Amino acid sequence: MATTATTFDEAVAVSKPTGGARRGRPNPGRVLAWTALGLIMAATLFPFYWMLRTAFSNGAYLATEPANLLPVETTWGAFERVLGLATTEEAQAQAGSGASVSIFRALLNSVLVASLITAGQVFFGAMAAYAFSRLRWPGRNTVFFIFLTALMVPPIFTQLPNFLLMRDLGLLSSYTAIVLPFFFMTPFAIFFLRQFFLGIPREVEEAARLDGAGAVGRFFRVILPMASGPLVTLTILQYIQAWGEYLWPLLVASDRDHRVLTVALAVFRSQTPQGAPDWAGLMAATLLAALPVVILFAVFSRKIVNSIGFSGIK
Amino acid sequence: MALTSRNARTGGVSVSGQALRPDVNGTRRERLTALAFVAPALLGFTVFYFWPTLRGLYYSLTEFDFFSPPRFVGLDNYAALFSDAIFWNAMKVTVQYVVINIGTQTVLALLLAVLLHRLTRSIVVRSIVLLPYLISNVVVALVFYWMLDAQIGITNQALTFLGLDAVPFFGSQDWAIPTIAFINTWRHLGYTALLLFAGMLMIPGDVYEAGRVDGASEWKMFWRITLPLLRPILALVLVITVIGSFQAFDTVAVTTAGGPGDATRVIQYYIFDLAFQRYQYGYASAVSVVLFLILAVVAFVQLRLMRADESDVA
Repeated sequence: MATTATTFDEAVAVSKPTGGARRGRPNPGRVLAWTALGLIMAATLFPFYWMLRTAFSNGAYLATEPANLLPVETTWGAFERVLGLATTEEAQAQAGSGASVSIFRALLNSVLVASLITAGQVFFGAMAAYAFSRLRWPGRNTVFFIFLTALMVPPIFTQLPNFLLMRDLGLLSSYTAIVLPFFFMTPFAIFFLRQFFLGIPREVEEAARLDGAGAVGRFFRVILPMASGPLVTLTILQYIQAWGEYLWPLLVASDRDHRVLTVALAVFRSQTPQGAPDWAGLMAATLLAALPVVILFAVFSRKIVNSIGFSGIK
Repeated sequence: MALTSRNARTGGVSVSGQALRPDVNGTRRERLTALAFVAPALLGFTVFYFWPTLRGLYYSLTEFDFFSPPRFVGLDNYAALFSDAIFWNAMKVTVQYVVINIGTQTVLALLLAVLLHRLTRSIVVRSIVLLPYLISNVVVALVFYWMLDAQIGITNQALTFLGLDAVPFFGSQDWAIPTIAFINTWRHLGYTALLLFAGMLMIPGDVYEAGRVDGASEWKMFWRITLPLLRPILALVLVITVIGSFQAFDTVAVTTAGGPGDATRVIQYYIFDLAFQRYQYGYASAVSVVLFLILAVVAFVQLRLMRADESDVA
């Protein structure tokens, strides 16, 4: 629990492959090691390729060439189908069920819900982290410790009563129900940001104070800008987390209008429990669901990868 | 973190919250500011973590079907657990899942971490192995549901091509749990490996240099240097992953829904099933208290293994 993201980044930066690992001459051991690494990477990437290959196949012909490594009868049809752009006849011709799955709507729902959750968690998390790291008040460390214990409560345990709370408030089947329990507080966000705020030199804030800035002004004009790196990292991590959430949205808002992508995908899959599922359509939908994360990742991979040494040690 | 001098202006900025300083509790104004800053998080904690925890404990002592008010039954729910065959089966299945998942995941992650540590610092390689972790459980489950399809899934196509028998991955009582454990191993492998990799970076490079000078092989250095020095991190990573594995839900819900028979009805799925499909809400709460207790024991073991590092917690 002792490490922070800064020390982890530094560790990565200063650490060199030891023992001449990088410049070592090719020998059987190194060839074997690279082969093993290559195999693991191939096994990691193959399902993504298979998603792509299937999504661009024509569902009607998929079963005729199941072992073909290339798309079967390449077409955009599956994407048009799940986004609701194809007519029922077109969809059925490609082995779609003809039933509309509103993936597009679910995509919008996911964007809305994940954005709200992330914005709340990062902003309120930063506020709390500021109070826990740079303001003095009685009970500060006790309250922080109590907050951290929330990390240990298994989500299902609080989700059962929270479901009842949403029902009693009449909020079932609403965006509010999905967002609210995550919106104000996540112990991880507070813990994560507190570490960085503790590291900002006192003198910087002292200078702002002498210029007459109050705590609110210092928070917005000094602390937040100085912590922009960690704030971005946290935003990405929380967005990915909110994007992938399944059980809670399933419990409180699985109706057609409010379903998020994960729930919609599960509904899509269960529409054909026995017969041959619309694999091409399903893979097109999963691809659309995975795409935002893959794009985020492509842009911010260094930040995300380096934050893992920290986030795991929460 | 240096301390503010005693005669600093009242309300001077301090950081680390050392106890026993005269101004440790801040000025009245600073206390009010702090309260305003923690207020949203405090609200979220009270309403969505603390209150539901109390409520959940209470409901575990009641008979409650959602539609009529809860009826207090004392410890009846807990007593019923002892003779509930499905509950014991769920425990058995969960433990099987945890053992298989943790076994394969830890061994493969250690292998991958060593490969990363000894071969390359490439951020691209690390990004690729992390990618599955960022994709939502539901998407991962669906892609494997397709790849492992009994008839036209690519895995069985490859098996029959090699002259082996096709495997009913999700359809057979013997295969279902190992299959789901494997899917989650695929998703978490890179994440776990990066945590271990982060731990390996903390091992000073000259230890390896010394080993090399003494003529130790890579194999020997792994057993004599890497593994012993990594033990604390390894213990921590194991606990994080065990706690996560006990709460497997998404993959089961999307692929097998507990079947075939009860073969994949893991504990968390059983809770969901009891509450939202059988409307035995009180009993479901009791099972979730048991899950909570199991995880608490795991966390306790963690604290022992980590020698209760309190510096960041308190």
